[in-house]
This record gives sequence, C-alpha cells and structure tokens, in this order.
Amino acid sequence: MARRYDSKTTIFSPEGRLYQVEYAMEAIGHAGTCLGILANDGIVLAAERRNTNKLLDDVFLSDKIYKIDEDMACCVAGITSDANVLTNELRAIAQRHTLQFGEPIPCEQLIMRLCDIKQAYTQTGGKRPFGVSILYMGWDNRHGYQLYQSDPSGNYSGWKATCIGNSSAAAVSILKQEYKVGETDLHEALLLALKVMSKTLDMTKLNAEKLELATLVRKDGHTEIIVKPCGRGAEADQGARGAGGGGRSFQAGQVHSQYKQA
Amino acid sequence: MRKMVFKRILSCRVNVSVVYSPASHREFSHYSLSLSLQLSYTVSRAADMDLQCLIGMKFNDFVLMATDMSQLQRIMVQKSDDDKMYQLSSHLVMAVAGEAGDTTQFAEYIAKNIQLYKMRNGYELSPSAAVHFTRHTLATHLRSREPYTVNLLMGGYDPKTDAAELFYMDFLGASVPVNFYGFGYGGMFTLSITDREYRPDMTEDEAYELMKKCISEVKRRFIVNLPKFRVRLISKDGLKDLPVIVAEGEAA
Repeated sequence: MARRYDSKTTIFSPEGRLYQVEYAMEAIGHAGTCLGILANDGIVLAAERRNTNKLLDDVFLSDKIYKIDEDMACCVAGITSDANVLTNELRAIAQRHTLQFGEPIPCEQLIMRLCDIKQAYTQTGGKRPFGVSILYMGWDNRHGYQLYQSDPSGNYSGWKATCIGNSSAAAVSILKQEYKVGETDLHEALLLALKVMSKTLDMTKLNAEKLELATLVRKDGHTEIIVKPCGRGAEADQGARGAGGGGRSFQAGQVHSQYKQA
Repeated sequence: MRKMVFKRILSCRVNVSVVYSPASHREFSHYSLSLSLQLSYTVSRAADMDLQCLIGMKFNDFVLMATDMSQLQRIMVQKSDDDKMYQLSSHLVMAVAGEAGDTTQFAEYIAKNIQLYKMRNGYELSPSAAVHFTRHTLATHLRSREPYTVNLLMGGYDPKTDAAELFYMDFLGASVPVNFYGFGYGGMFTLSITDREYRPDMTEDEAYELMKKCISEVKRRFIVNLPKFRVRLISKDGLKDLPVIVAEGEAA
C-alpha cells in the first residue's frame, strides 16, 4: 500500500510523510562518514574514503572534500554524482555573489541558497531529491569560523561538531562527550576527529588511505584551506620521510605531525 | 570629430522631443538621417548632467556630501529645493546627477535592493559591497538597450572597519575610491580648492567651511545659477543633515 505514495516526491503519505525524502536520508546513513569539528583557531573536516582500489588512478586530490570559495570548503556524504552537481552549483553561487558584490559570500547565505535548490527538488513534480548531505566549513568576517550541515530535505543547521553518514549517531555521541566547547584548538580538534573516526569506522586499523582530512585556518588576513593528499600521494609522502615505519597504520599524533608538513 | 558635430548641432538645435534613443551616445554604427537628431538628443542629455553639481569629501572619520538644490529642465529652474541624495542604508548615501527620470529610477532601484538584502540576511551590505553592486548594475545596464545616464558619488561609513569611504562613479560604470570629488562643471571649480586645502584630519567645522568655500566659487565663476546646496554628513552615528549652504559672492 505504501508504494502508492513512493513514486512521487511531491505527495504526502497518509501519515504526512514524504517517503522519497526520507529514503534519500536513509541512503546517506549508509554513505561514508563525514565529520566536522569547530576549534577556536580553525576547523577540521574528516571523511571516510570507501573505494580504495590500488588500480584506481589518482585523478583527484580528494574524493569527498571540495573547495567551494576562498573561505569555504565542504565535505559530502551520499551519491557522488549528485554531489558533483551540488558542488558545482555551490561554486557558481559563490562566484556570482563575488561578481555582484566584490566580496566573498557569507557562509550562511551560500548554504541558504543551495538549500533552496535542494528543497525545490522535494516539491517539484517528477523529480528526485538530491541524495546528498553536506558538511560545510567556512569563515566570514561577520561570524568567524562556522560549521554547517545540510540534508536532502533542504534543512540546514549550524554546529560546533557534527557528523553525517554511516554510524553518525555513534560519532555524535562520542563528540558530545569529548568535545570541550570553547576550549578546543585546532590540534585537539584534529586528534578528536581521528579518535572519533577510528572508533566509529568498522575496521581494526585506521590507515591513511581510508581517510581524507582538511583544515581551514585564517592566516595574515586570508583563509588557508589545506586538503590533505590521501591515497598513493600520501603514501609516497610518508615513504620519502621514512615516517610510519613502512606500515600504513599510524597513531593519531603521527598523523598530525605528518599533516603539518604536508 | 564627434565634438565638432556636437558644436554645430548645438548652434542650430531643433526640437527633438520625438526622437527617443536611449543608447544613442554609444551608437556610432547607426548612420542615418536621424543621426544628427540623435546626437543633439545626446548633447541635451549630457548638458543636463554637467549643469548639476555633486561634491563629496572624505575625512578620517566622516564624509561630507553636498548637492545643488536646483531641478533643471532645459533652460529653466523647475524647483529650488530638490534633494539629489538618497539614503541607501544606515551609513550610506548616494548623490545622483543625470537625466531627470534616470536619477530617481536608478537610485530607488539600488536603494530597494540594498534594503532587500538587509531583510533577507538580517544585516546590511558593507559600503564597499554596496558600491560594487551599484557599479555592477550600472555596467550591466550600460550594455543593454536601457542604459542609465547617471553620475554618482557614494559616501558611507563602515562601522565594521571604522572607516569613512567615498566613491566616484560615472555613467560608464567606472568606480574609483577618492578623497574628494566634484561632478559637473561646478565640480571643476571646486577641485582646485580642495586640491590646495583638503586635509584628511579636518574637523567637521573645518570641512563645512571648506565646502562653503567651494560652493562660493561655483557661485562666483560658473555661468549657471546654482545658489543653494544641501549638505549631509555621514559618520559612525549615521546620517546627519547640516544647514543648507546658500552661496555668497558674485562674479569677479
């Protein structure tokens, strides 16, 4: 019976629900984990990397973390092709704003614009919602460092630390316990991100290939977004300095020292 | 060559009220019988613009703006208590000179858009962003069938950076941050005075006196009668009306 209400996104079920939107969110529950932590002096994004085939060519620096604007980057969980469409749109929105006003778009405005598009796909007939949740990290001169999350329904919210994707509920509960509001610096945030990732990802050892990291900090009046090279690039990096002792698993502290040099 | 044509037409100008060619000042490829009429229309447009006078001066923590209060229509003064300044946001003012309808239409369009931005986002555009938006709008229209023939001075105070700002903008979409400027023929007489006497650290009273001096010079030297100027001051406290300056002095 329920199938009668599944076919169109625009139709409410008798219980007042939009199944397609809920299914989209369900799909994201199985996607790779994305984590964001706000620190006093910067922001960290961490993402789980799923397809680590050694035959895969390293065309992209990063699969899930995208730079959007001078002062913003985002991390996506869900259908990658849908995410590509949305990140393209995000970049276009940001550039249109810069063209018109001569300054970077304030973070919340950009997210609001994108969420308007996401929402439209839950309402306009015959269309499927975007199967993507996004974590955004950004800086603007009004509110400083900011972390946002948006989901397929077009809702968005601001966070100090949050997680989307696979086992995000577990990650959020760890964050709730461990995150010290207002007393976390970037280094601690990085360590916390790695800790949460290693606890929630169902694998025995966390390794560089499985993880993407990005940070955003302000330095001398401009924003520095560093996306940590992962996969083979990171390995070569590591090998060259002899760090990691030949193996690819490492301790949280090591990741950070390596990260700093990258 | 174009100027020569203008002069000739000026001397034997006919009534061209039926010819409407908004983009005429840019169209050189359209050589036809109506060319001379179009050009004379352009001349009358440009003349309107240059007879009006806008003066702006930027100091360390405030901006002083003055605009003449005469509404001109061809050879007549229609009104002598005109206000050529538009408040765009709490700390931003735009002084506009140009074609009579264009000035109001353009100023209101910009003002309403800036208000809309504030309503949508809960905060105002910074003066520099507002100026950028204005320039973008002007430049976009310039390359359409309906360009706005307006020159602007935009003066504001950015509470976030604690800086006074003044921008020159002409109808071709050139925008330049300046310390002081005067638009129109009147402006030409004021620039030499501001060149000599302007200091960025002037007090409000000193600045007002300097403005008075400029306006007296306009009265003394300019053939057109621009007796009264509306004066406004923009500082961290927002916008403030200063007493109207009625020019003293006579032709030398």
